[in-house]
Amino acid sequence: MEKFVLVENIDMTFKTPRGSFVALKDINLSIGEGEFVTLIGHSGCGKSTLLNLVAGLLVQTAGVLICAGREIAGPGPDRGVVFQNHSLLPWLTCAENIYLAVERVFGATESKAQLKARTLKALDLVQLGHAADKRPNEISGGMKQRVGIARALSIEPKVLLLDEPFGALDALTRAHLQDELLKIVAKTKSTVLMVTHDVDEAVLLSDRIVMMTNGPAATIGDIVNVDLPRPRDRLALVNDSRYHHLRGRVLEFLYQKQMRPAA
Amino acid sequence: MTAAILKHEKFGTALPAAAPAVVVAPPAPAAGDDDAPPVRRQTPLVEKYGDEIAAFFRAAIPVVFGLAMFAAVWSMLAAHSTLPGPLKTFHSAVGIFSDPFYRKGPNDQGIGWNILMSLGRVGIGFGMAAIIGIPMGFMIGRFRFLSGMMSPIISLLRPVSPLAWLPIGLLVFKAANPAAIWVIFISSIWPMIVNTAVGVREVPQDYLNVAKVLNLSEWKVFTRILFPASLPFVLTGIRLSIGVAWLVIVAAEMLTGGVGIGFWVWDEWNNLNVEHIIIAIFVVGIVGLLLEQMLMLLARRFEYR
Repeated sequence: MEKFVLVENIDMTFKTPRGSFVALKDINLSIGEGEFVTLIGHSGCGKSTLLNLVAGLLVQTAGVLICAGREIAGPGPDRGVVFQNHSLLPWLTCAENIYLAVERVFGATESKAQLKARTLKALDLVQLGHAADKRPNEISGGMKQRVGIARALSIEPKVLLLDEPFGALDALTRAHLQDELLKIVAKTKSTVLMVTHDVDEAVLLSDRIVMMTNGPAATIGDIVNVDLPRPRDRLALVNDSRYHHLRGRVLEFLYQKQMRPAA
Repeated sequence: MTAAILKHEKFGTALPAAAPAVVVAPPAPAAGDDDAPPVRRQTPLVEKYGDEIAAFFRAAIPVVFGLAMFAAVWSMLAAHSTLPGPLKTFHSAVGIFSDPFYRKGPNDQGIGWNILMSLGRVGIGFGMAAIIGIPMGFMIGRFRFLSGMMSPIISLLRPVSPLAWLPIGLLVFKAANPAAIWVIFISSIWPMIVNTAVGVREVPQDYLNVAKVLNLSEWKVFTRILFPASLPFVLTGIRLSIGVAWLVIVAAEMLTGGVGIGFWVWDEWNNLNVEHIIIAIFVVGIVGLLLEQMLMLLARRFEYR
């Protein structure tokens, strides 16, 4: 598979008042085009740090990051980011939130009508066409997260970066949105890098699960290939022995090899 | 009759026209007519607005008691001193407000003119403070260097009593009116600078991350994120500032003279017209309250959460 996102020998050290803190050490990872990769690990293991490096929100201490053949130097609209807490601007309607992104990326080349059409298309993709004129505080948490996903997808990013997108939602809403994300990704054929700490979510969604060791100086402990056929169905997988085997491998890594002393 | 209506609703127009006659209930004029509008029980006014009426009285009764107590204490104090009582003051107020806009020379003008002149000074001084203070607050909030540069100066000048600035104003402008405006300006600028700067600094990192991820231009960052996010803080600054400005104008006008509510108080003191002084206190209080309420209304329009 073509190496679409390339992470080579990445080190990340934060300077803190109490000296430097090595968050990531020697990370090597490549993601193919159209691949869905999840990063999983215990809290504080630096999975979000790695995602933010790919997003360009942080700058690595050492190593090289490449996205679609170009070195990553700062954030850019070729990578769409969905934040854990949706980060919608509360003074704009759902449509305006998306329009802000669309306008930035396509504003120079397209007419207003085309930009509006793109905005509505993105909302329809997450089935929120009816909420276009609602403010974020007028819709539910799950809907906000869907608007966040629509905003990230609306700019047609080369890579979709999801930072625990469903972490703040209740279990039922989360399952619903996972199913929806599966459908959207199947439709858009997006390349996705997603941070999660939910084992079921990782197995259900990904092609590969990247399991990270505990920090400090966290690195990639192991990678599980999820060879379950797509489209995947949550209910069918419950009785699938391969699903349970994969789930077991991730759990084993997290709770035996990388068990944390109770905090 | 109730039964007849129930039947009507249940079977709709499918019911034969003769059917209502079967019902034994007391014949109502509408019962036999299919086109008649359904009879609705009239809800008494109390039942309809009961909650609103109760809420109104719950809110109003303490206010009435408070005002009554205030008037009682005032009357008692007046009875044992030379202070005019509420009734005497009220009669005097009726006299004043029956002709608020008369002009009998530069030092004898109606209360309306005095209030308007004071509001005018506050408007100019406060307006200039807003024009300079709010953008300054934005710059200080956005750029750490500017913040470091300005914060010692602000910390030093902010606690200075407003009237201490009056001699400087008189010296520089060589006239009373600009000096009074200057005092309003310098005393009302600080809350706007400080609050705006805090507002900009408190803009959630999440929103700024959105801006970074999308590579928004500095102008878009300002208009779509910084400005709306800090607007509630800015409005709080404006509210505090206008309060300060209105506090200070009375004192400043007492010293500078001319036409204005502060000078009017001083003039009435020289005339030993104590009723008018008390009226002026009420006028100052009520105008201040109205200014505050207006800005509160404005601020409520910009609450997002």
